[in-house]
Amino acid sequence: MKKFAYFPGCSMDSTAVTYKASLEYVAGRIGLELKEIPDWNCCGSTAAHTKNEKLAYSLAARNIAIAEDTYPDLDIVTPCAACYSRLAYAKHAAEDEFTRQEIERIIKRPFKGKKEILNFLDVFSQEDVMQACKENMVRDLSGLKIACYYGCLMSRPRKITKAEDIENPMQMDKIIELTGATAVEWDFKTECCGASHQVDAPRQSRPLIERIFRNAKANGAQAIVTACPLCNMNLDMREKEINEMFSKKYDIPVFQFTEILAIGMGAGAKTSGIHQHFWPAFDLINGVLRANFGKAGK
Amino acid sequence: MEKILNRKEGKLLAERIAREADVKLHECYQCGKCSAGCPMADAMDLMPRQIVHLMQLGDMTEVMKSKSIWLCASCHTCVERCPHSIDIPTLMEKSRMEAQRRGICAVRDVRLFNDIFMETVRGFGKSQEVILEGAYNVTSGHFFQDMKNVPKMLQKEIVRPELNQVNAVNEVRDIMKECEKGGANR
Amino acid sequence: MARIGVFICHCGTNIAATVDVEAVAAAAREFPNVAFATTYKYMCSEPGQAMIKESIEDYNLDRIVIASCSPRMHELTFRKMLKGTKINPYMLEIANIREQCAWVHTDRAKATEKAIDHVKMAVAKVGKDKPLTTSTIPITKRALVIGGGIAGIQAALDIADAGFDVTIVEKEPSIGGHMVMLDKTFPTMDCSACISTPKMVDAGAHPNITLKTSCEVEKVEGYVGNFEVTIKEKAKYVNHDLCTGCGLCQTKCPTKVPSEFNQGIGTRPAIYIPFAQAVPSKPVIDPTCCLKLTKDKCGICEKVCPLQAINYKDETKYTTEKYGAIVVATGYELVDWAKMYPEYGGGKYADVITGLQFERLVNASGPTEGHIVRPSDGKEPKDVVIVKCVGSRDQNKGKSYCSRACCMYSAKHAHQILDKIPGSNVYIFYMDVRTPGKGYEEFYDNTRADGAQYIRGRVSKIFKEGDKLICKGEDTLLGKQVTVEADMVILATAMEPAANIADVAGKLGISIDSDRWVTEAHPKLRPVETQTGGVFLCGTCQGPKDIPDTVAQAGAAAAKVMALLNHDEMETSPMISSVDQTKCSGCGYCVEVCPYKAISLIQVPGRDGNRKVTKTVADVNSGLCQGCGCCAATCRTGCIDLKGYTNEQILKEVDALCQ
Repeated sequence: MKKFAYFPGCSMDSTAVTYKASLEYVAGRIGLELKEIPDWNCCGSTAAHTKNEKLAYSLAARNIAIAEDTYPDLDIVTPCAACYSRLAYAKHAAEDEFTRQEIERIIKRPFKGKKEILNFLDVFSQEDVMQACKENMVRDLSGLKIACYYGCLMSRPRKITKAEDIENPMQMDKIIELTGATAVEWDFKTECCGASHQVDAPRQSRPLIERIFRNAKANGAQAIVTACPLCNMNLDMREKEINEMFSKKYDIPVFQFTEILAIGMGAGAKTSGIHQHFWPAFDLINGVLRANFGKAGK
Repeated sequence: MEKILNRKEGKLLAERIAREADVKLHECYQCGKCSAGCPMADAMDLMPRQIVHLMQLGDMTEVMKSKSIWLCASCHTCVERCPHSIDIPTLMEKSRMEAQRRGICAVRDVRLFNDIFMETVRGFGKSQEVILEGAYNVTSGHFFQDMKNVPKMLQKEIVRPELNQVNAVNEVRDIMKECEKGGANR
Repeated sequence: MARIGVFICHCGTNIAATVDVEAVAAAAREFPNVAFATTYKYMCSEPGQAMIKESIEDYNLDRIVIASCSPRMHELTFRKMLKGTKINPYMLEIANIREQCAWVHTDRAKATEKAIDHVKMAVAKVGKDKPLTTSTIPITKRALVIGGGIAGIQAALDIADAGFDVTIVEKEPSIGGHMVMLDKTFPTMDCSACISTPKMVDAGAHPNITLKTSCEVEKVEGYVGNFEVTIKEKAKYVNHDLCTGCGLCQTKCPTKVPSEFNQGIGTRPAIYIPFAQAVPSKPVIDPTCCLKLTKDKCGICEKVCPLQAINYKDETKYTTEKYGAIVVATGYELVDWAKMYPEYGGGKYADVITGLQFERLVNASGPTEGHIVRPSDGKEPKDVVIVKCVGSRDQNKGKSYCSRACCMYSAKHAHQILDKIPGSNVYIFYMDVRTPGKGYEEFYDNTRADGAQYIRGRVSKIFKEGDKLICKGEDTLLGKQVTVEADMVILATAMEPAANIADVAGKLGISIDSDRWVTEAHPKLRPVETQTGGVFLCGTCQGPKDIPDTVAQAGAAAAKVMALLNHDEMETSPMISSVDQTKCSGCGYCVEVCPYKAISLIQVPGRDGNRKVTKTVADVNSGLCQGCGCCAATCRTGCIDLKGYTNEQILKEVDALCQ
């Protein structure tokens, strides 16, 4: 149906196993073709732009340059919010001709920086992709209340992301509602989860996670859904620790939006990746599916 | 210590950073909306608003000594809500680079993590989450941080032992070398 | 041979400090036809003017150049001075060596050189000056006031009391504007309705005032003293000549929509009198929600009306009337904060309200009969947050100005909450507290004494957790993040001009600034006049202001209107364009570029050889022409000249400069 140049980013090959599995499943079902950029490198993430601006642009630009060469007609899509941000920054930097030439000199490749940089929410909220997802739905997740968490980097800064609404985006809400699930209104969709500091300043940044769970719970969410490997791991892996640290009893599994889509399309626990979560997720999904199955049977 | 405002030793530096960040420092009227919404503000020794104010005063010494410039998560909440769209994350970032150049670092761990991250990229062309965490824990002395998650990761096959590497890793190394010319962080 | 006098003003040190005025005088003496040149400390002063008059006699001058400040400042002064001499007042040129020279330069030698050039050009131009005489036009002694808020009402009353006919055009079904929505007014705490409704009634009953509610200005033609205004009267569907305002219809109407007057808190029927004290106190039907008009159902109001005043077939009507003066008093609206501030919930929380909504909540005749309760659940709030500068002083959201009234009404709201709800707490997030009015600072003091907690900082986010609205701010005086768990939040939202102001301004030929406020002719010296003769302004259409300032400005505008209407006829400026119709080709380009619609094409008899023919030529209406010169610049054949700025004169100036 659609083809994209695909930049997986480092996490997709390590911790984001559930994202990878579910994305591949969903892409296969709806005929989304993802052409991996050959021999891509790390986008530099937070560390590069903390240390050296030129390096931050150049590391990201190398990947765009390879894609320009290998897949001249395809837009670039990446599953990670940080990669998305860094690639989009490199594209933005290339608008300045002097900087663009400087980057070409550093990466020793032609670099135009004209390609569209997309994240998977951009792709899945395109009308035809939405339609294809809808047609492939075989299960009903009605009754499941989800808080869609977008994080910072897919929304801000606006000059880079060109996001319509940076406080209350709706793309993911619309996507997950294709499964019949309900996207709850809540207020922390784009509040930072502090992922970039969870390793080097854990004491200071753990509260950022807690407040996201708190607001999701206060607004009746049973689950949080993300669209980024880092956001996802940060919330899922640390939920237990947060409960201990803040004496809370949050029981809110954290999914990737592709997992929810995969479940809706009929994927088993293994394919969708929900058995690989840190915080148990199977029971919630199972319960919803059972309840709806019963209803359908009547 | 008493501040003597007319000795503007850091003024030129503050002005240069502001210019590079495309910020007009005078536009900030200290409303504090940046700091009110900053997720890291609670951990900061100086509010983002105060960083801007110190730059208005030309006091870069205090800015570069602060923890705040290291704790900024670059989430850009401040700039989007700022009545004057003042790009605080870029001011923080550029102040951080200047501090690094002068060997000033108020939050050692952040710098350490970033350094190790970049070294794994230099080594493999891609970041390696396992090596990164391990090397960081050893160097920082926080030996057991996040370690209780490891067994679960292995059990659930969330991380695998093999390494991801860029074939043309030399290309990445050359890029890093080129960018680090003339001082590591300029 | 012309005999030119050149008078160079020191303007104290304003000019003399930067320009060597004696050197300018010495240079001027060498220019052709200059019979006399001198300098003086203040040319505009009494002795200065006397000196010029004496010199005219002594040196037999027939025209003069004054090198001084901008002609906008004193050209008129010197023209008046010339009226008492043998020289025609238009045989005068001003060389602006202050604003365009002394004030903008620092290098004395170069500034002097430039001043000499200015004088040289003026001398060249004045040589070609011709005596001009003013003409007169009759004045229609009626005024039109656009907008029936407190500004429009006050202006209309003052003009009407002076004996002139006034029409108030108001787009809503009742006059009263925003003031009548308010509960109490700062700093005296008198009841807003109690002081404004008598004025509304006076306006409604005044023999010299005609109220045209549900009306808008459709078209404006003509010029100062002689405007022809077409007024559009929207269909009311109720014959107000028959209706007595008994109100039976509105009690029986089954439709309920949010009430505009109550700012969406509470409802009104489709046939409605906007509020109890409305003037006129007669209902109209809202065609957007009336069942009869939208779906041809219901028709109850027609059945119950004892006087058969309901007319579902009513239509929009247009009338054209003549007026001598127009007062713009279109007022303000509050910005749509919900669109601008998604971080404050973007309107999804019922208990985040505007200051104007609070006025309705706290008002005894409002939807809650004056009980301060949360719109969401009707509970009395205990902890209330007031956020100031929502929209104002926020360039990012497009409004960089201060809305002026919010500091005071926020203090008033705090006072009212603390007064009416025992044990309540009010937190006011502010950036600066601005109290520039008599008794205002004292009011602010008293509000703090009442217990209002002022916190210096802008709120970054308002969100809901459970029953509470969480307001996150920074106390910038502490340098710490602070949170208030509030039951209700009041936003002091910015004022902005009426939505259709650009449209109204376009019809009137007046200008608006980048924030769409109507521009006054001079911010200090002509504050209630516009650039267009005969069009005046007052109230918040010109910029945010409070009630005392609005009323004062309305009185000032009325005084200006009276001064104009008091004359039977008025002098017009002779510096208007004139067409040499023998050379005009009738192309009509000038008609298109004229911003005042002052030029039309007419048929005149002409000759083609010996043959008599009719030719089309341009003709200038001297009443409409404002002397802008667009036509002269556009004219292909060069047959249009602006008197006082003829093509020949301009070219002489250029020649002088290039010599």
